[in-house]
Amino acid sequence: MRRLWEFPGGLHLDDHKAESTRRPVERLPLPATLTVPLQQHIGEAAEILVAVGDRVLGGQTLARATGYVSAAVHAGTSGTVTAVEERPVPHPSGLTAMCVVIDTDGRDQWVAPLPPLDWQASSPMELRQRVRECGLVGLGGAAFPSSVKLNPTGERALEHLIVNGAECEPWIACDDMLMRERAAEIVEGIRIVAHALRPREVLIGVEDNKPEAIDALRSAVEAAGAREIEVVPVPTRYPAGGEKQLVYTLTGKEVPSDGIPLQIGVVCHNVGTLAALRRAVVEGRPLTDRYVAVTGPGIREPRVVEALVGTPFRDLVDFCGGYAGDVDRLLMGGPMMGFAVADDGVALVKATNCILAATPALFPAPDTAMPCIRCGACTDACPASLLPQQLYWYARAQDFERVQDHSLFDCIECGACAYVCPSHIPLVQYFRYAKTEIWAQERDRQKADIARDRHEFRQLRLEREAREKREKRERKKAALRSRRAPEGEGLSAPGDDKKAAIDAALAKARAKKAVKDPARETEATRERTGNDGDTD
Amino acid sequence: MRFPTLVSSPHLKPPTSVGGVMREVLYALVPGVLALVWLFGFGVIWNIIIAAATAYACEAAMLATRKRPVRMFLADCSALVTAVLLGIALPPLAPWWLTVVGTAFAMVFGKHLYGGLGYNPFNPAMLGYVVLLISFPQHMTQWAAPASLVADPLGPLQSLQVILTGVLPPGHSLDALTAATPLDAVKTGLGMAKTLPEIRSGAIWGALGGKGWVWVNVAFLGGGLYLVARRIIGWPIPAGVLTGLAVPAAVYWSADPSTHPGALFQLVSGAAMIGAFFIATDPVSAATTPRGRLYYGLGIGFITWLIRSFAGYPDGIAFAVLLMNMAAPLIDSYTRPRVYGQSRGGRDD
Repeated sequence: MRRLWEFPGGLHLDDHKAESTRRPVERLPLPATLTVPLQQHIGEAAEILVAVGDRVLGGQTLARATGYVSAAVHAGTSGTVTAVEERPVPHPSGLTAMCVVIDTDGRDQWVAPLPPLDWQASSPMELRQRVRECGLVGLGGAAFPSSVKLNPTGERALEHLIVNGAECEPWIACDDMLMRERAAEIVEGIRIVAHALRPREVLIGVEDNKPEAIDALRSAVEAAGAREIEVVPVPTRYPAGGEKQLVYTLTGKEVPSDGIPLQIGVVCHNVGTLAALRRAVVEGRPLTDRYVAVTGPGIREPRVVEALVGTPFRDLVDFCGGYAGDVDRLLMGGPMMGFAVADDGVALVKATNCILAATPALFPAPDTAMPCIRCGACTDACPASLLPQQLYWYARAQDFERVQDHSLFDCIECGACAYVCPSHIPLVQYFRYAKTEIWAQERDRQKADIARDRHEFRQLRLEREAREKREKRERKKAALRSRRAPEGEGLSAPGDDKKAAIDAALAKARAKKAVKDPARETEATRERTGNDGDTD
Repeated sequence: MRFPTLVSSPHLKPPTSVGGVMREVLYALVPGVLALVWLFGFGVIWNIIIAAATAYACEAAMLATRKRPVRMFLADCSALVTAVLLGIALPPLAPWWLTVVGTAFAMVFGKHLYGGLGYNPFNPAMLGYVVLLISFPQHMTQWAAPASLVADPLGPLQSLQVILTGVLPPGHSLDALTAATPLDAVKTGLGMAKTLPEIRSGAIWGALGGKGWVWVNVAFLGGGLYLVARRIIGWPIPAGVLTGLAVPAAVYWSADPSTHPGALFQLVSGAAMIGAFFIATDPVSAATTPRGRLYYGLGIGFITWLIRSFAGYPDGIAFAVLLMNMAAPLIDSYTRPRVYGQSRGGRDD
C-alpha cells in the first residue's frame, strides 16, 4: 500500500456526482453558432488569423499563439465567420472579450489533420511543438498552456508526474465520466508525457468516491502494459484535487510558496488534458471540444456531454432537458469555486468543466453577514494552514501589509473557510478584494518607479546639458579673452605692458589646453579660481 | 435567459449559523443544569430566568441605542448563553438584584460597550461574575447546601420567594439551607492548619469530592464531549484547561497528600468542567490558532490551580479566564501555523 500524506483542513461534502453520471456521455449536435473567445487560457491572447466573411473548416486555426505562455484557438466545425467582436464570455469579471463568431453550415467539413506522430520516436521538442499547435491548455479549470509544462527539466531529473483525476468539487463529473469511458486514451496521453519528461514515478490520483473510474484506469494501465503508472485512490475530502493538495497527498512534498511544482521535481496534469494531448499527438487533431457536466438541481436531465468549444450554454442546457424549477443562478464550475454568469448565451470555453443550474433550495441567496465570533472554524477548514479570520480582519481594515504578512497569496480561494463560517462572512470575496487591491497598488508602484526613473534621468540629462553649456561658454570666454588681449596691448598703460603680456600668454595656454582636453577644463577652472583666491 | 443572482463563490448553503452554534451550546448545558437543580434546588432555574430576562432587555436596549438590527442579533441566542452561564455560576439563592446587576454589567459593559457580538475581549459572563464577587462577597459566598443534607428543601415557589424578598419561609434557617462548598471547606480547613483527611470527614463529602458536585461536573463533562463530537468546540482548549489543572495538582499531591488535594478532586470540584468546556471555549475571547488554543487552555487550568491552591478565593476559573483573555491576542500572534509551502521560519522569499 502506498503511503499517503494528509493535508490539513478540508471538508467532507455531499459529492452530488451521481446526478450526472447516471446517463452515458453524449455528443451534442452541432450548434447553429459557435462563439470562440481568443483568450481562453492564462497568458497572452491569441492573434486572430481570420476575418468576417471567411469560410472556415473544422480544425482550422482561428488565432495563433503569440507568446511563450499562449495557446492557439481552432474552429470546431465548418461555417462562416460572421463577426469578430467583443462578446460576453464566461469570466468572473462579467466583462466582454474578443470572440470569433461562426455560423455553422452543418456539413462539418474539416481541414486535413496534422500528420500523426509516432510519439515513441519523437523528441520532446516535436511533441511540445505539436501540443502548442493544437492549442492545448489545462482542462482542469486553470487553462494554463500545456506546452509550457512539457519542457524537459534540464539537469535535474523529474521525480513525479502526477495525473490529477481527483475531481474533488461537488457536482462536477466530467473527469469521472472521461476516466470511465476513455481510460485507454488517458493512459496513452500519460505515456506520451512520460516519454517527454522521463519522470521517476507516474501517479494518477483519483478520489476514492469514483470506484468505476479507478477500475477503468487500472484495466487500461494493465492493457497498455504500462507498469510505471500507478493509480492511487486518495481520500475524498475537498479540496483533494487542488494541485498543491494532491501533490502533498501523493508525495508529502509541498509546492513552495510563490513557486511551481517543477521546483520540487513534480509536474501535474489533468486527465482531460492528457486525453486531448493524445488526440493532438496521435491523431493530429486540435483541441476543439471537451467533456462538460451539465448538472445541478435546476437541470431536468443532468448529464455529461461532449461539446464544441464555442457552444452557447443555452444549447447545452436545452440538450439536457432544459431548466427545472426556479433557477436563479447559473454557474460555470462547481459550487465551491465556480462563478455565476449573467446570461446563458455565453459560450463554452476550454476551461468549462461544469455548468451548474442552481435553485434557492440548495443554493440560497447569501444572508446578511453577522460579525465574526472568532470561532476559528475557518482555520480548522483551511487546507493551506492559513488564518482566514486574521486575513479577514486585515483585509477589512485595508491593512495590506499585515494581510500579506499573513500569507494572503498562499490562499487558493477554495472557499472552505467561507463555507464553514457560522457568521456567513463572504471571506473569499474579502481575500479576492485584498489581492486585487494589492495588485493595483503594485502596478501603481511600478508606474511610480518608472516615472521616478524617468524623472531622475531627465534631471541628469538637464544637468549634463547645463554643464556642457557652461563649459562651452567658458571656452568661448577664454577664446574671446585670448583674442582681446593682444588687441588691448597698445591701449594699456606702459607700466602694465609686461603684466598684460604675461596674462595674455597664460590665457592663451589655458585656452589651448581647454580645447585640446575639454574633460579637464573644470579642473583647470578650479585651479585658476583657487589661484585667484576666489571661493566661487 | 438571464440570471439575477451574481454572487461570488462558494455557493453552497452554509451548514451552520451563529444562532445554530449558540443553540447547540445551550442544549449541551441542559444535563449540567439539571444536575445543579437536582442537587441545589430550583433557585438555579430562577437565576437563569432572571439573568435571561435581564440579558435580553439589555441586549435589545443596547442594540437599539447603537442602531443595530435588533431582531437579527436577538435571534442569535448569544445573550441567552451568557445569561445561562452567569445564572448557574451564581449562588442558587442569590437575591434577584444580584443576578440583575451582574447580567446587566456583563451585557452592557462586557459586551456592547466593546462593540457587541464578536468584539468583546473578555468573556462577558465571567466579567459579570467577577464584578459581583468583588463587590458583594458575602452574597456570593453563600452557596446552597446539597439537597440531600437539607431536611426540608425549598419548593420552586419558596425558592422564588427567597430570591425576590430575601425572607425565608417559616421553619427554615439560612444555616440549614446553605453550606460551604468543598473548595471553600478545603480553603478554610487548610487555613486552620487542618489536614485534608480531617477536612474531608464532614457531611458534605463523598468519595471523590463534594457530595453531588461530582455529578454536576460529570454532567457538564458529558455536555462538553457532545460539543466536541459535534465539532462546535475543539478539543485543545478543554484538554488544556483540564491538563493545566490536573498536572500541577497531581505533582503537589504526590509530594504531600495531606495538604494538597489530588488531580481527581480538582477535576470534579467547583467549576472545573463547565469552565473547561463552556467558559474557556467562548470563541470570541479565546485564542484561535490551533496551537494557541492549547496554550490558552493550559494557562487557564494552571492559573485556576494557582488560585485554588495559594490565593484567597476558593475557585479561580473566572479570574483565570479573564487573565488569559488578555493574553489571547499575544498567544495568537506567536503561534501562527506554518503555511503550506513555506519554510518553518515563516515566509521564505
